Amino acid sequence: MIRARLIAPLLSAALALSAVPALSAEPLRIGLITTLSGPGAVIGTDIRDGFALAVEQAGGKLGGLDTQVIEADDQQKPDVAVSLAARMTEKERVPFVTGIIWSNLALAMMPTLAGGNVFLISPNAGTSALAGAQCSPYFFNVSWPVDSIGEAAGAAAQAQGVKRVYALAPNYPSGKDVVTGFKRAFKGEMVGEVYTPFGQLDYAAEIAQVKAAKPDGVFIFYPGGMGINFLKQYDQAGLLGQIPLTGPGFSFDQDILPAIGDAALGIKAPLQWSPDLDNPANRAFVSAFRAKYGRIPSYYAAQSYDSARLIGGAVAAVGGELADKDALRAALRKAPFESVRGAFRFNTNHYPIQTYYQREVVREASGMLTNRIIGTVFTDHGDVYAKDCPMK
Amino acid sequence: MDALLLAEQGLNGLQLGVMLFLMAAGLTLVFGIMDLINLAHGSFYMVGAYLTAALVPVLGGFLPALALAVLLTALLGLAVEAVALRTLYRRDHLDQVLATFGLILFFNELIRILFGPVPIFLNPPAALAGTVDLWGLTYPAFRLAILAVGLAVALGLWLLIARTRVGMLIRAGATNREMVMALGVDVRLLFGLVFALGCGLAGLAGAMAGPVLAVQVGMGEQILILTFVVIVIGGIGSIRGAFAGALLVGVVDTLGRALLPASFRLVMDSASANAAGAAAASMAIYVLMALVLAVRPKGLFPVG
Repeated sequence: MIRARLIAPLLSAALALSAVPALSAEPLRIGLITTLSGPGAVIGTDIRDGFALAVEQAGGKLGGLDTQVIEADDQQKPDVAVSLAARMTEKERVPFVTGIIWSNLALAMMPTLAGGNVFLISPNAGTSALAGAQCSPYFFNVSWPVDSIGEAAGAAAQAQGVKRVYALAPNYPSGKDVVTGFKRAFKGEMVGEVYTPFGQLDYAAEIAQVKAAKPDGVFIFYPGGMGINFLKQYDQAGLLGQIPLTGPGFSFDQDILPAIGDAALGIKAPLQWSPDLDNPANRAFVSAFRAKYGRIPSYYAAQSYDSARLIGGAVAAVGGELADKDALRAALRKAPFESVRGAFRFNTNHYPIQTYYQREVVREASGMLTNRIIGTVFTDHGDVYAKDCPMK
Repeated sequence: MDALLLAEQGLNGLQLGVMLFLMAAGLTLVFGIMDLINLAHGSFYMVGAYLTAALVPVLGGFLPALALAVLLTALLGLAVEAVALRTLYRRDHLDQVLATFGLILFFNELIRILFGPVPIFLNPPAALAGTVDLWGLTYPAFRLAILAVGLAVALGLWLLIARTRVGMLIRAGATNREMVMALGVDVRLLFGLVFALGCGLAGLAGAMAGPVLAVQVGMGEQILILTFVVIVIGGIGSIRGAFAGALLVGVVDTLGRALLPASFRLVMDSASANAAGAAAASMAIYVLMALVLAVRPKGLFPVG
């Protein structure tokens, strides 16, 4: 009896060991640099939890290697991010860094990471600056080129017959990217284009001007707390029912919906993923995430989950041999995993070519606000910057 | 820009100003009277907002929740003063900065443990949720309420400080602390009261800001920087200065954001006007501070 009980685990351990090559005695160490304090922490928490779930589901072994995640808080500050990147490169000597949310931080970290031959697997930050001429062999973006979301919103507004749009965004790289993308697809008139300081609290001055300009659509890109501030104030100014809002889907996602409440109901905004997206990987992810953390995953959690599984797929593909960076890169480029967004592939600049859906904020049966898919905006959509990228 | 829009922006500026005043009044009193740099002032603002949001469903109304939240925040201030700050009065400012910065981290983490990282929901009371028509100008009712509360607090503080015995001691303490101690006033009690008053005001600011802004961890630090600008402009320790400085900062910030990009557009193309206007608007209050300090190094209403 005792022998029988021992044999099964021993056998499985032996099998597991024989499945991975000899080199794998060394664990897989991954640096997770994300925002875990301050107002951005709500996003960082989902990034961390989504990643942890993928590692847990892989039995603690991404790609067959014992996985060790080294968490670090970037405090949403570029200088802190740069010093953490140096720590991950020189002291921790990790092959992968992930977790990064903000494009200005990703841009600041990239020279250090690329110089140390460390891959940045970005679950979110996807500025155009890293997609074109300055694309990097050590940068992979799992989410989107951020202006593609703007393009999708522009195409959706165009299809709805909106004629005059007022656009607002924070004054940082992605803010400008998103509005640029919107203008590329939207052919109507831009009656206003305003960039506010990053982290601004009070939008009364801007909202008064929107009201005076009388547009028939307002496009906003305000991630995190800025979005809550803007939406509450827009609602209180009595504009919510009058001038429809749109924007990238992540301006109306799970991280802020509980704080906005019913004011968000009915807002339509595109994204490449939604909790109700129907594919086996996504169903498994959403139900496991809800069971483990007791909340609906945001798209940040989904992208971080995908990032972990991308790393896992690539590490498995090279048989745990992490020293050969070219082989590792070739494996990453094939995106060897089942994404929660469904099928996608990497462009030559390491940004996804994928499908974008139109989503709408609804109340689900449990009473929680969430998004659901109401249509497809783009299929197999790439970005305009890839042609300037020297990587082929 | 027509007159109506200008009037609305003026109102927006005043409303931001009185909000800053609620914060600045407490901070400037604590600094002026107790000679304590309290970086954790923003934490009481956050606590006020979270308590209000948590109490609304329990008490069933915004007003009772707000009243209780302000009271609890003041009591929390009293406790923090007794436990953590009393030992700091004799230390230099750098030690105070370090210790109160530690308090910021402590309160942020505490709130995150209690309420989770996701920002929480707080709406204005139903009666103030809509807009009001002011001679053709549609204005959010709750912002008018903020304006009214801020002005009422300013009046109340003026009465307290100019017309009561406690106020006399506060004024005396701000001007010459040693003399007040020498005259046998219970400074410990006075300090505790002043600190609790400041915290209560910060809590009130947080409670009034909650329905307009995101109620989230770290919301206090965002407003704290503006508040420091206000008290430096107004003159440290002066309530009058805090009032003038707050309104000035509120109006300059709002009008800067409203007018600068538009006026830049008159002289350059739209894209560079947007960029330059946004940059200039975010600098406006710091330029104001530099100008004020160049002319009056101790602020608009220097004390002592």
